[in-house]
Order: sequence, then structure tokens, then C-alpha cells
Amino acid sequence: MADLSLDFCGIRSPNPFWLASGPPTNSGDQVARAFEAGWGGAVWKTIGEPIVNVSSRYGGLDLGTARMAGFNNVELITDRPMEVNFREITEVKKRFPDRAVIASLMVESKRAAWHDVVARSQDAGADGIELNFGCPHGMSERGMGAAVGQVPEYCGRITGWAKERAKIPVIVKLTPNVTDIVRPARAAAAAGADALSLINTVNSLIGVDLDTLAPLPTVRGQGSHGGYCGPAVKPIALHMVSTVCGDREIRVPVSAIGGIATWRDAAEFIALGAASLQVCTAVMHHGFRIVEDMIDGLSAYLDEKGLTLASLRGKAAKNVRRWEELDLNYRVVAAIDHRRCIGCQLCYVACNDGAHQAIGLRPWAELGIEGPAPASMTGAGVPVIIEDACVGCNLCSLVCPVPGCIRMEDRSGTADRKSFLDYQAAGETPRAAGQRQRKTGEG
Amino acid sequence: MAQSTTAAAPALHPVPGWRAGPFAELAGPVEGAELVGEVNRCLYCHDAPCTRACPTGIDVPAFIRKLATGNRRGAARVILEANILGASCARVCPTEVLCEGACVHLLDQGRPIPIGRLQRTATDWALARGCLPFGPGKATGRRVAVVGAGPAGLACAAELARLGESVTMYDARERPGGLSTHGMAEYKMTADLALREVEWVTGLGVELKLGQRIGEEPAWGTLLAAHDALFLAVGLPRAVALGVPGETLPGVRQALDFIEELKLDPARAKRAAGRRVVVVGGGNTAVDAATQAKRLGAERVTVVYRRGLGEMPAFRYEIDLLRGDGCELRLETMPVRIEGRRRVERIVCQRAELGGPGPDGRRVPRAVPGTDLAIEADLVIAALGQRLDEGALAGIPGLAFANGRVVVDAATRRTGNPKVWAGGDCVNGGAEAVHAVADGREAARSIHAALSEA
Repeated sequence: MADLSLDFCGIRSPNPFWLASGPPTNSGDQVARAFEAGWGGAVWKTIGEPIVNVSSRYGGLDLGTARMAGFNNVELITDRPMEVNFREITEVKKRFPDRAVIASLMVESKRAAWHDVVARSQDAGADGIELNFGCPHGMSERGMGAAVGQVPEYCGRITGWAKERAKIPVIVKLTPNVTDIVRPARAAAAAGADALSLINTVNSLIGVDLDTLAPLPTVRGQGSHGGYCGPAVKPIALHMVSTVCGDREIRVPVSAIGGIATWRDAAEFIALGAASLQVCTAVMHHGFRIVEDMIDGLSAYLDEKGLTLASLRGKAAKNVRRWEELDLNYRVVAAIDHRRCIGCQLCYVACNDGAHQAIGLRPWAELGIEGPAPASMTGAGVPVIIEDACVGCNLCSLVCPVPGCIRMEDRSGTADRKSFLDYQAAGETPRAAGQRQRKTGEG
Repeated sequence: MAQSTTAAAPALHPVPGWRAGPFAELAGPVEGAELVGEVNRCLYCHDAPCTRACPTGIDVPAFIRKLATGNRRGAARVILEANILGASCARVCPTEVLCEGACVHLLDQGRPIPIGRLQRTATDWALARGCLPFGPGKATGRRVAVVGAGPAGLACAAELARLGESVTMYDARERPGGLSTHGMAEYKMTADLALREVEWVTGLGVELKLGQRIGEEPAWGTLLAAHDALFLAVGLPRAVALGVPGETLPGVRQALDFIEELKLDPARAKRAAGRRVVVVGGGNTAVDAATQAKRLGAERVTVVYRRGLGEMPAFRYEIDLLRGDGCELRLETMPVRIEGRRRVERIVCQRAELGGPGPDGRRVPRAVPGTDLAIEADLVIAALGQRLDEGALAGIPGLAFANGRVVVDAATRRTGNPKVWAGGDCVNGGAEAVHAVADGREAARSIHAALSEA
């Protein structure tokens, strides 16, 4: 088993899997059960002046049989008194001294209020604090949460207030509801943040009930925008985490949040530079038990690849480039394994209607495959790639329902790289080699 | 794709439309979590093999996608526009050799989409609403007669009505629906459902005249003179006899009569139920008769078939049903006589020896003398198939027959008489309801095109 233990800006935990601030970390009892299940740390449900929540609060986006591929909420920070939360932090920390307990905090934008809540967190025994500058609903209208995270200047100022009092590491949690994530991230880092965490939830309206015409989730016939999370936001989080990790001015570790549900998700974030991982929606869906496979799977992956947690970190970052640096000499084409093809023709219709008209149909008998055509491929044509027309877009391989049936094969013919920047440097205009010239323009 | 959140959640138990007891339906519609799973497992194939395998060409991926989006009305419309008897076909089609037998998921998952049951889910919407999701076409002022109110006739009449033709449908029986009403095993489909589909067709403005033996009264000539075109869907009314001594003894019955009695007069059927039953034949009707006899309480049901298992015309699925019901199957066995004093007491069979191929290409069985096997029986059911009544059609000029079938042009279903089209069992020699529906619909389109040109 690979060693998964972590020192995250001085916060130690036996593995990088932390519960993100949210409903799963609402109480000491929950956090204790999570630690029993194996979670390495927990960021407490945001502590502040207790609020009153609405009912109902959550909405799900289903995709086929996949429930909650996306998820949103209009729930606010904790509705329990501050002293109860701090007392439970002390109790949990006493029972699980090796786990990371981080107090997520959000109070009104006054220096004294922040000083007070930071002091109480460290007095309670928290290993670190996370400043919630991300909540996009309810709190932001009161000048907190995303209202802070969206203004780099506020972000830096309040980080500074927290650092004035903090003896434990301060993590700043960022909102993705900005044009350029780097600006608030730099402001927080410049103000002394020990680490950053991102992303908080994305502004969203998850649906409309077509019978009542009320937004979802519905509060007596009405609804409000809420925070979007779950597997659907992972690509947004990957991009923002990779951008922050790759920024030269930001030299603090990043705790990644956003759609992490499996060890694979975790490994991707680590490879892009994240140091720890935070999980919320997946636990709301399937419970604390999911951490077992996250630990098991990540360890096995690291062992198999001969990597450590530290050596995997950022290993993919160097491969994330700007478009103009990509190699224009590289060319792949699709290849269909007709022994696996089931004849659904999804690749055919996708390529012809939605891409580049590079898949045709031919009778089974002309493919030279031994044996009779399967029932689903008698009478109809079998999809075949027209290599001259194939631009290597991947679409067919993405729609194909059979694993391994459509692969993309290298037809570059040269190992020499030549990017758009290379062309520019040589004073040349790029020309597509070996590809059919298109008559109509496309984006 | 998620199902609409607005769709009313059906109760899990009991499954709507299911009945308890030995004649409970074999399969119900797909609902609830299974529906969400199956409609999303469907790949929405392009040029889908299931659609190509359907004789009526129902756009299966289209109706399943509509179920997935919660558009049940649209799903029902897609099915019923292609196949007016879509609700019956959802129940009685041999889907394992048609749509489901072509499903791509047989290749990658070994388990097809349950298209038949999904079709039932969709058509149940229309049954629950009690109306079709479309109406008749703009009247052309022309008149077409449809003779026979079974699946072919109903499909032709419905399509003609949708094309604006004025249709009168005749049937010799007092009850419409043909084999849909009278000949489907009860656990597959009730007579009530068949009659509701007839109501859909009459709801399109089709006039129905029952108890009409065309050729006797009115004469064919009269009918032809009164209409612009005529569609023959008379089926195969004559049962093939056993052709062995003793077959006129009480207790020897024809399979279709037996099934019809159970469907239309179940109390009488139960009183007349046999204790020891022998069914002669190897087709799907033989299976229906045997399983129905067993479910009526027979102690022992034996199916006697003169050829081998691989030559049985019954579908594999039907033979599994037969075995599942505990019926005995005696292959390469043929009856030679039926014995009994006042009524049937036993059927005497002999081992059948299979010789060279006959005119239909199948091996010809011959009884082997000295291999007598007596099977005690108080009910013998003959299920040897049905024949055309050519004599009843003699009054139609220009009609030709071959191999006991009405001859038609394959594409148009038009007969040698330019005013007469034909389809269904009287043309194909006896096939599934879905084939009859396809014939009827195509004939209607051909009739409409021919009359529109004239």
C-alpha cells in the first residue's frame, strides 16, 4: 500500500481525502462516523452566526439512470450555535487526534468578528481554518461568501484579518463564479493565505417543475438560484485547479473540490497539482463508506505506476498548455473494431450529422470478416471510417457504447512538432496536411 | 435522459392491469425504476435493427425515447400510426424472433431491450385514455369494403379511414376481431382488449357489419358493385382434420374452438375441461391449447407431434412455456386412431419414421406399424392448422389461388381482380398478427393510391 499520509501546509492527515464543508460535516457525530469510515480530514460545516434555512433545499440533475449527476442547494451555513460547533470540534479532535479537523468560517466583513471567530476555532483545537469566500446564495446577498470571493481586494483584506490572529494554517476557499480565478487566488495568497481550496459551488438554477412552473428546489411555489456541484462540475474544477496550481505567483498548496467521487477523480486533481481532496456531494449520495475505495484505489494506482502521492502531484501540469502550443503535425484517425461493433450506427449518425461526414456504411459481407453478420447487422450497412475525411475529432469513439470498439490511431507520419506558435515564428500560415479541404467554414 | 419529473409515479404493487390466477398475463408493462432503466439502456440506434425487424416497421427507438422524456402520448402515436393493433402486438408478438431478436444489446449485453413490454407501456396510455392519438382523414367520398374484421381487416380499415376513404367492414361472426378476439391464449391477451381495439377502428368512422357471410348474402358481385375497392381478409376458416378413425367421437375438438370457448365462455370451458388431454400438432396453437388445458386443471397434458423438436413450428419461447407448465411432449409420434365407447377414451399413436423431404421441404413422417402407444384421454385437441375456404371466394372473378392461398402482388397486395386486394392469413398461409397488420396497412395505402390515380 502506498503511503497516502499528507502534510498540507502544516495540517497533517493520514490520507488526502477530506470531507468538504457541507451537510456531511454538520455535526460532531457525523464527522466521528466519517473518521471511523476512514476519512483523513473534515472541513466543518461553515460556522458563523446561526441562520434559519428554507425547506426544501436540494435539487438534482439526473442523466439517464444516473441520479444526481449534478446537484444544487440553497442551504446556508450552519444553523447550530457557534459554541455547540466549537465544543464538538474539541470532542472529535480528542477522539481522533490523527485526523485533520478544519473549521470553515464565515462572519460579517468586520475585523473584530473575524478575529473573534478565528480565535475561538484555534481554542477549540482545530488544525486549521478555511475562510468561506465562496457560498453563492443567501450569504452573498448579506455581503459574505461569494460577495467577498468575487472581489480580489475584499478577499485579500479579510484573509489579512484572519492571518493577524491565526496561529494555525489559514485556507481560503474560492468561488468559481468569477471571470478569472487567478485574481482572487493571487489576492488571497498575497495576503498570507497558507493554502487555497476550490471550487465552491457554481451559480445555478437546476430546473423548473413543469406542472407548477416553480423553480427547483421549490419553496412554496418559488425558488432561487443555488450552488451547483457534483460530478457535472468536475471539468470546471479541474480547469480552475490546474490554472491556480500553474500560476507562477501562487506558491501555496491547493485543496481541490468539485465533483470528486472516486479515486480516479482524485488522481486527476492530484496530477494537475492538488495536494488534498475535498468531497461532499458523493458522500451525500452514497455515504461515508465511499472513502474505502478511494484510499484503496489510489494506493493501488500509485503502486502500479511506481509513484508516490508527492511524485504524482503536478505530474500532468506540464502537459496542460495553451492551444497555440499544440502540435499541428499530430494526426489521429478513428478505427472501428468490427468484431466488437454491435451495429447501433450511433457513430455513423453522430459523424454525419454532428461532425465531419467521415463514416460510411458498407455491407457486412464486404468487410472480409469471417462468419455471418450478427442479427443487428443483417440488411443494414456496417459503419466504416473514411480515413481521408476523418479529422480525428474523437466524436465517434465518444458516442460508441461498446468499450474499446473505436480507437484513435496515430497517422501523423512524423515525430516533428509544429505548433501555431512555431508557424508564426517561421512567418508561415498553417496548412492542414493530408486532410480533405473543407469547402464550408466551421468554427 | 431523465424521465420528466412531472410524470405521475406509478404504484409499484400491484402492477396495473395484472390479474391473478392461472390465466394471469405472462408479462406486464414496464414501469417505475425498471422503465427508467430500460428506456435509458436503449441506445437510440440509427436505422435501428429492431425497426427493420418489425413487419409493421414501428420506429422503436423513437417511441422509447418518447417514453424516456415522459411523452407517452407521442410514444403511443408512433406505435399506433404504424400498427393500429400495437396494443395486441405488444402482448402476442414473438418479439424474441422479431424486434428483440435484432436488438444490438444481444451482442454486448446478452439481454435485449424489452421492446414488447415497453410497447405495452406506451399503448396502455392510449387504452387508459380510451381513444387514439389521431383521427380520420379528410373524406375522399370513395367507398371501400373490407371483408373480415381480424387483424388484417382492422389494419386495412383503420389506414383507409386515416386516408379519408369511407370503409364498411364485414365479418361472418357475431363478434369482431377475428383471431385477436377468439384465438389468442388468454394469458397473452384477453378478448376484451381485442374488442377495445375494434372500437378504436370504428371510432375512426369505420362501419362494422357483423354476421355477414359474404358470397351468400350479399353476393360478391353486389358488394363489388357497391364499392370502389374491396380488401379480402377472410383468414383461414377451415380447420385441418386429424384424418384418423374415431375423430368424430365426442371429446375430440379443434384447438381454435377450444381456445375460443375458454375466452368467450370460460364457465362452460371449465365444466368441459379435460382431466387427461392430448393435443395433436406442433405449432403455436398446439402450445396455446396445451397450456390452456393445463391451466384449466388437467392432470396430464400430452402434446403429440410427428416430427422432431427442431422441426416444430412453435417458437422456442412457446415450447419453453409448454414445458414450464408441465405438459408432456411426445415427438416423432403420430395418431392412428381414436378409441372410445360413447366418447373419447384413448388415442392410439405410432412411432413416426421420417422419410425424405416432401413438397414443402420438410421430412415426411410415416407411421411405423407395430409401435402402438395408447394414451388415455378424455379430451383430444387437434391443432394441425387452418385452411382457406376457396369455395367461399368462388364468386370473385379473376381471383387466383396457389398452395391454398390467395395470390397477390407482393408489393401492392392487389389480386388478379383489379378491384380486389387481399392480405393476412388467407394470403400468407397463417402467420402472426403483426404480419396481418402489415398486409392490411400496405394494402390500404395501395388501394388509396390506386383510387387517387383513377
